[in-house]
Amino acid sequence: MEKSYIVKQISIFSENRPGRLAAIAGALRDAGINIFAFSIAEANGFGVVRALVDRPEDAYRRLTDLGFRVSFTDVIGVKMRDEPGGLSDIASVLGNAGINIEYAYAYSGKDGAVLILRVDQIEDAVRQLLGHGGNLLKASLSQ
Amino acid sequence: METIRPDELADLQLKRLRWTLQQAGNVGLYQRKFKEAGVSPGEIRTLDDVEKLPFTYKKELQAGYPFGLFAVPMKKIVRIHTTSGTTGKPTVVGYTRQDLENWSELIARNMTMIGLGEDDVFQNAVNYGLFTGGLGFHYGAEKIGATVVPSATGNTRRQIEMIEDFGVTAIHCTPSYALHIAEVAESMGKTLDTLRVGIFGAEPWSESMRTELERRLGVKAFDSYGLSEMYGPGVAFECPEHNGLHIWHDCYLVEIIDPETGERLAPGERGELVITPLVKEALPLVRYRTGDVTRLMDDDCTCGRGTKIERITGRSDDMLVIRGINVFPSQIEHVLRALPEVGEQFMVYVDRVKHLDEMTIEVEMSKAGFSGELQDLARMQKKISGELHNTLGLRTAVRLVEPETLPRFEGKAKRVIDRRGAI
Repeated sequence: MEKSYIVKQISIFSENRPGRLAAIAGALRDAGINIFAFSIAEANGFGVVRALVDRPEDAYRRLTDLGFRVSFTDVIGVKMRDEPGGLSDIASVLGNAGINIEYAYAYSGKDGAVLILRVDQIEDAVRQLLGHGGNLLKASLSQ
Repeated sequence: METIRPDELADLQLKRLRWTLQQAGNVGLYQRKFKEAGVSPGEIRTLDDVEKLPFTYKKELQAGYPFGLFAVPMKKIVRIHTTSGTTGKPTVVGYTRQDLENWSELIARNMTMIGLGEDDVFQNAVNYGLFTGGLGFHYGAEKIGATVVPSATGNTRRQIEMIEDFGVTAIHCTPSYALHIAEVAESMGKTLDTLRVGIFGAEPWSESMRTELERRLGVKAFDSYGLSEMYGPGVAFECPEHNGLHIWHDCYLVEIIDPETGERLAPGERGELVITPLVKEALPLVRYRTGDVTRLMDDDCTCGRGTKIERITGRSDDMLVIRGINVFPSQIEHVLRALPEVGEQFMVYVDRVKHLDEMTIEVEMSKAGFSGELQDLARMQKKISGELHNTLGLRTAVRLVEPETLPRFEGKAKRVIDRRGAI
């Protein structure tokens, strides 16, 4: 049950220098893969590009063939009310349940705002959010 | 000879040193060099007097190409070998009948030391020809009565069939060829059960390489050191303790010097190995600068043989001095090879930032190394610089780079870029 809400994010190792994001994005464009959401986390001289795409397996293969180091990361996507308090509602549910958010990023699309979450106890998080009336992205959206 | 008393050894060395200087006196180069240095061989009365003598450099041997440095007439020369000649003209090494006898004796001593004998089948999988490793080991192995399979190199599948069909117990090859044999044997589904000893030489190899070769070939790996100028392999060899190489002091007078100043270093200090061979007839040499870096190990070996040298860590011309600390690229390679998170390729950059040397090492991410989490990468970066710090005694900046972005080298790798002088 909870598993059907666990979404595969692709995480790509990238050096922190000009043109690297362009190379990744260009590869996905050439393969006709759509990016729903993405973020870049930066550390000492390198970064990790995180993306939700419509065909994660294809994206993984494509980027790996081009020599990128890619891996899948389990995340969840929660629909947010696009108004004051939207983020607070979700964060409170998780905080009260003792679930830690490792990182998060968000996008606002046709169907409203979505918060992508990487948490330490992913199945608990799904149960808690559903139990509090949350609306989660189905994993089948990105296959 | 292997367990000779120290005072007897010193007497023998001095006697042989004086004979060697007399032999060198037949060579025009040495007549000139002794004159320039204002020293005559007669003044050498103790072993320490050797410090009065001038060094011999590889380029001087090259300048004597082909036979200019021979101390005996050509009719006494029964064989020649040459060095590979990757840097300029090759060096030609001549051997008298006695030289060949001495050389096989040294190889036989080494092979006996590691427990090989007439019950062994010995496959000599190195180039036979001008390269000294082939014929050198061949005659040494015959001397101990082993059954010699002169397989030479190439046709790896056939090599593996020979190991299996002939019940080969010991193999001699370069460490990189050994790795290739292991790969091919694995792909053929062969386990090479009879093999128990691997003798690896002709290129430096690390302890992590030892672990890998021992595991994949099912052998005990022994390091063999030599150089054509000193006959070839056989100069120094690991005993079953696998902790340093026994160098044969009755045949080679060893000094460790600071490669910059030429001054002799104390036992235990690391520097360039300088050898005066004591029994060479055709090509006597005086204080030959090997370019190889090692140190004399002052602890006694439990096997009872003489003073050892540490495994060769690199060549003195590869050595970097960073904030006063000597660093060899091979030490960095050794650390990286043991870490599954990174590939084997690396680059080293040295800069001077605010009067301080800074070393930056770029390493490629391996497949195994990437979990997708930023914090794991940061942890890994810290782990690599921690391991490097342990080995080098130096803080370094480690940069993780994408796979296949560092340069690959077909010949001799150039992995160090020193930008300190460029300002």
